[in-house]
Amino acid sequence: MPKGLTLDQVVITKDAAPLVALDRHIAPGEVLTVMGPSGVGKSTLLSYVTGTLAGDFRGSGRVVLDGQDITDLPPHQRMVGILFQDDLLFPHLSVGANLAFGLRPGGSRIDRRTRIEEALSEVGLEGFFDRDPATLSGGQKARVALMRMLLSNPCALLLDEAFSRLDTERRAQTRNLVFDRARALDLPVLMVTHDAEDAAAAGGEIVTLA
Amino acid sequence: MKGRFLPVLPLLTLAVMLGPVVAGLWGTLLPAFGHLPAAGEIGPSLAPFQALGDWPGLPRAVMLSLTTGIGATVIALVIVALLTAGWSGTKPFRALERALSPLLSVPHAAAAFGLAFLIAPSGWVARLVSPGLTGWERPPDLLIVQDQWGLAMMAGLVVKEVPFLLLMTLSALGQTDAQRSQAVAAALGYGRVTGWLKTVFPRVYAQIRLPVYVVLAYAMSVVDVAVILGPNTPPPLSVQIVKWMSDPDLALRLQAASAALLQLALVIAALIVWRIGEGVIARLGQRWVMSGRRGRVDRALAATALGFGTTSALAVLMGLAVLAVWSFAGFWGFPDALPDSGTLKNWMRHGPSALSALWETALIAFAVTVAALILTLGCLEAEYRHNLSVTQRGMWLLYLPLLVPQTAFLPGLQSLLLSIGADVGIWPVMAAHLVFVLPYVFLSLADPFRAWDTRVGTVAAALGASPDRILWRVRMPMLLRPILTAMAVGMAVSVGQYLPTLLIGGGRVATLTTEAVALASGGDRRAIGVYGLLQTGAALLPFALALAIPAWMWRNRKGLRHA
Repeated sequence: MPKGLTLDQVVITKDAAPLVALDRHIAPGEVLTVMGPSGVGKSTLLSYVTGTLAGDFRGSGRVVLDGQDITDLPPHQRMVGILFQDDLLFPHLSVGANLAFGLRPGGSRIDRRTRIEEALSEVGLEGFFDRDPATLSGGQKARVALMRMLLSNPCALLLDEAFSRLDTERRAQTRNLVFDRARALDLPVLMVTHDAEDAAAAGGEIVTLA
Repeated sequence: MKGRFLPVLPLLTLAVMLGPVVAGLWGTLLPAFGHLPAAGEIGPSLAPFQALGDWPGLPRAVMLSLTTGIGATVIALVIVALLTAGWSGTKPFRALERALSPLLSVPHAAAAFGLAFLIAPSGWVARLVSPGLTGWERPPDLLIVQDQWGLAMMAGLVVKEVPFLLLMTLSALGQTDAQRSQAVAAALGYGRVTGWLKTVFPRVYAQIRLPVYVVLAYAMSVVDVAVILGPNTPPPLSVQIVKWMSDPDLALRLQAASAALLQLALVIAALIVWRIGEGVIARLGQRWVMSGRRGRVDRALAATALGFGTTSALAVLMGLAVLAVWSFAGFWGFPDALPDSGTLKNWMRHGPSALSALWETALIAFAVTVAALILTLGCLEAEYRHNLSVTQRGMWLLYLPLLVPQTAFLPGLQSLLLSIGADVGIWPVMAAHLVFVLPYVFLSLADPFRAWDTRVGTVAAALGASPDRILWRVRMPMLLRPILTAMAVGMAVSVGQYLPTLLIGGGRVATLTTEAVALASGGDRRAIGVYGLLQTGAALLPFALALAIPAWMWRNRKGLRHA
């Protein structure tokens, strides 16, 4: 099996009526953009990939990641990272503890702390370890959320309108950061958005749902 | 391990909550029809009902149960509806909202004692206006408290049920788009009250219907408030049931059981009549809407409602104040507004026994609340993990223990426990408390628990966190404040329980509430002051902690400060 994320004849239905259907392979380092107006089921598609489909939806088809069928795995064993339009940093944990939550277990305390500090400085947030996430700016939060996810070593990346809450300037910056990282780590990316600029910046195939 | 344990929790919760109710009703049914082997009676027979019918006090006792129960519910509901209609979103309303939590946590018995000490002929109100306005040098010979119509008892119920119904109304308002409806009505020329009653009230009432039924069932069958404020000769039916149950003559238990069944029938009948009344009011309301009247007495109505609302809040708060004054009072002659001197003697005399009652109270309340919390969290987490949803029927089950009058099933439960040889004592008392604590803990925690953004859970799972880790490390810390609030609610409910402690404890479990109510007939105001104050403190302290602990723990976490 090839590396990458495969959606094999995935169909989501609600009350027996088909909502979304997608059959694609996303190669490592590539971006597949799914566009369409809100309410068309873009986020529902992502929740099928993460394994958190809400009770009133039904999904069929297989999700294959790097040759492994993850369709029936529980969400926490799928190795699929996701970013939402809200940063969703855990409000009760410091910035550093948020990253530690993402970092896979293993290594000494000092070692882990060092890796987290490094991750912070990679995105220009040196010295933010003990900060309350609620005191960060929108762009800073988005970067923490990104690094938290990357520290968990995902094998694929999902973006659920991930940039739509940011202002124009931050938006381009954050977007480039995310795509650069994903390319550098050879991650397949599945992005849903209603924003044409996001789609253009992704540079990959675009699927439009109606 | 938790994964296998979780799915059975909803069933276990139902069993724990409804089991005692069903068993108790069964244990009432048998002796009511003359079957009580422990007393040497083998049924079935109708003799207990004949004996009940021969009791000369019966018609009055039944009337009292109906009038005080229905009266208190109607009055409380009208005050809450008009208060919300006329004032929601305004400054005075916010002031009342802030007083809500403390008002709610004051146990019924303490509020009733406070009210009695206020309105009695020798109470604070009479003292404040005497002899200046009244010319009284001695307490007038009036029967204000324990009056034969049960008016004082009704007042005692109203001051406690107004905050409860107000809280329920406030949480219902959030889901009814009330503000915009009221704005539209105002733009069409409707007064505040009329506009609210015509557009918002029907939606709000649909949501608070079950709590209103709870208030009705409770007010019709309450014991502790009735003992303190209600008439004596004869007392309301519920009090008489307890008297017969406590009589050494076991034969009277048959009569008590038949009276308990009658009590249940009365409550069911009242609920049916109330339901029919809802239909009638709805019909009349529709005609009122069709008439297009904009409301001309709105301001007067709103002002009256605010007056009553404030009075009822003050009655509770001033009542606590007068309990405090009595507990420290030395000699206090009539009509002096304050005692001649303050003293610690009352606390020294009653302190030691009150303290041991406080430990017993705290132990029961804490253990029961923790059990209720574990069951509730388990149910809610099972609902989340397995995509279950609670139906309207499920909600009814939750309210069932609160709708069946305590006096109908607790006597039966006691008889049943005795007949199977189970020892009375603290464990059965805890189980009985759990029946009433569980629904309140569940109702208090369910909304915030379900309102938690599940995307946070998705993110945590995407980071590799297992469901258990998400629950313990993310969801529960984020929900610390609502969890502690639910615990405070549970503890306040447990602290306030009178009948389950008295009947199931067999007189051997002494909590602050049972001790305080036992003092009612003696009339030692200083002792009552000590116990009433401690009782209130025991209920209030958990609420203070539920505010203080999250505020301290999350002092550096802005994102959780208003969560």
